[in-house]
Amino acid sequence: MAERQLLTGWGRTAPTAADVVQVRTDDDVAEALKAPPARGVLARGLARAYGDAAQNAGGQVLDMVGLDRVHRLDLERGIAVVDAGVSLDDLLRTVVPLGWFIAVSPGTRYVTVGGAIASNVHGKNHHGDGSFCRHVRSFDLRLPGGEVRSVTPEHDPEVFWATAGGLGLTGVVTSATLQLLPIETSWMRVDTERTHDLEDCMARMEAGDDGYRYSVAWVDCLARGATMGRSVLTRGDHAVVDDLPDEKQLGARRYGPRPLVSAPPWVPTRALNRLSVAAFNETWYRRAPRHEVGGIESIATFFHPLDMVREWSRIYGRRGFLQYQFEVPFGAERTVQTAVERLSSRGCPSFLAVLKRFGPLEDDYLSFPQPGWTLTLDIPAAMAGLDELLDQLDELVLAAGGRLYLAKDSRLRAQHVPVMYPRLDAWREVRDRLDPDRHLISDLARRLDLLG
Amino acid sequence: MRNALGSAQSVLVLGGTSDIGLAIARQLRDRGARRIVLAGRDPAALERSADGLRRAGTEVTVGSFDADAVEGHQEALAKLFAGCDVDVVVAAWGVLGDQSAAEADAALAVAVARTNYLGAVSALTICTNLLRAQGHGAVVVLSSVAGERVRRSNYVYGSTKAGLDGFCQGLAAALVGSGVSLVVVRPGFVATKMTAGMKEVPFSTTPEAVAEATVAGLTAGRSVVWVPGPLRLVMAVLRHVPTPLFRRLPL
Repeated sequence: MAERQLLTGWGRTAPTAADVVQVRTDDDVAEALKAPPARGVLARGLARAYGDAAQNAGGQVLDMVGLDRVHRLDLERGIAVVDAGVSLDDLLRTVVPLGWFIAVSPGTRYVTVGGAIASNVHGKNHHGDGSFCRHVRSFDLRLPGGEVRSVTPEHDPEVFWATAGGLGLTGVVTSATLQLLPIETSWMRVDTERTHDLEDCMARMEAGDDGYRYSVAWVDCLARGATMGRSVLTRGDHAVVDDLPDEKQLGARRYGPRPLVSAPPWVPTRALNRLSVAAFNETWYRRAPRHEVGGIESIATFFHPLDMVREWSRIYGRRGFLQYQFEVPFGAERTVQTAVERLSSRGCPSFLAVLKRFGPLEDDYLSFPQPGWTLTLDIPAAMAGLDELLDQLDELVLAAGGRLYLAKDSRLRAQHVPVMYPRLDAWREVRDRLDPDRHLISDLARRLDLLG
Repeated sequence: MRNALGSAQSVLVLGGTSDIGLAIARQLRDRGARRIVLAGRDPAALERSADGLRRAGTEVTVGSFDADAVEGHQEALAKLFAGCDVDVVVAAWGVLGDQSAAEADAALAVAVARTNYLGAVSALTICTNLLRAQGHGAVVVLSSVAGERVRRSNYVYGSTKAGLDGFCQGLAAALVGSGVSLVVVRPGFVATKMTAGMKEVPFSTTPEAVAEATVAGLTAGRSVVWVPGPLRLVMAVLRHVPTPLFRRLPL
């Protein structure tokens, strides 16, 4: 039964109300899609999209988290057939002790498989392994009207790649077949370096990233002057048993991460300010080893550090926050520098920004990654002058031929989208074939006029 | 849709020739509104206002709305909401009336009440129901400090704003959880065409200042906005001044 609920994304901004339907089975999805209401229908997973990608004001929202069965695990070939509502957390708990890992892990494990497909999420291994959907062998896509299609990249590449990163607007993915990655242990072998500025960091990444499966740099956007853009670069690979100290070798695939603390339910809006965030960034930079080779970390520490604090998005207070993630092609390093300079000179109270290099393009339409650099930062929505600052950064990014990550967006201007995503029209064509009456819609799609 | 930083894409101004309504529309236009509808009674005056508001990237159109014609509200507002979501409704109409004439002629007093209060009860009920169906949206209602504690010198107008303000506080509470929010704006004396020729009093302000404070309040999710801000404290005191003394104050 549908229940009217107020929904927001992870950034807790721009709430809207929708009729939420708890989905338990594939039939529930079919039923909901048979005759969608006037303001349309949209699937929602664990609501980790920062903005309004998983909201549908005045319409119906399918809460997919109850559609959570693991159907089949092929431990010979590393194939998992799972429902779309299965979280990466559940999947990891199931497969890691059996010697397998998800091929692409985003910065949180609290996302559903369906959500990971809809955003075509990337991880620290994009430079070598591409995005999540490159490792999806097939999925079932339920369309408005009730028809279901089994989609593979070989037989139906248009539908497959329009759905990969298609923001849930091409249909409702109900289950997927995933290719997993074999691992010997549940530990990571990590090299850490402190870099004294951004240029140094980017140079090291260019020179050395290919030697690692995973690479990411954390940039201090509040450091000014000579240390502007100082970073901690961490790169690693899955550890083999021989990498581990003796005491860890027994039960080397043990895996059971737990959140350590919860964020308090109420935090003053101004608790995160330039001073408190600068102090945090300073501590964090000083704490990192200047140069360490072969450090051993757990999967949770390496991939999902923020998951240790339950409901961490609350620390931004009532006004919430947004995540700004842009990408510019290789050669536009100067744009990343300028962006960091502007953020730093405005005293933007941003915890460590994340810098990463993207690998080759896939056949997709609206997926975010393209070869180049991506910078990600969290900013409190209450920061004065934030809209102008980000509008200016948008212009910089556009001028460099870059783009913003739509699944995370909560404030981009609609006219920029066709420029950032030149295949938008081609995507609209495929989408309109699947949903000619435009039943599938989200607040994000309305705000950015994605359907055209 | 409104974005995470409070910018609206689609704005409807009821009372589309009001100086304050237009100033709010201008602010929202400069912050990214792409579609603005000015609704009111006088098509020629609305067109002139629309011309002043048009800029590249913002479509400004005019529509019909008469606060006094409550029987026609449902149809008129449904028409203004058709075809596109409305992110922000600005309820900006209102009349000051002639206090001394209204004291002598009940019909004149009722006319002020009809426009400012009855019209708002009707139009705001209908608007918020349309916004509820949309699942999102914000309503800006122009109240006044004159309604905070009603004075001898303009009690007809003041009482309509007192009623409106009270109605809106209850309505805002009823809207919690609906995705729709309501902001009550309580300006002091504003120099506009409605108050032209009147003598200015302390804490006077301008339509631009009211608009700026209103948009900031919308963005921050406030339910009441005072313009200028210190009026909130002034009125907190005035509200508790004993009646015999209050009557003697030169207000």
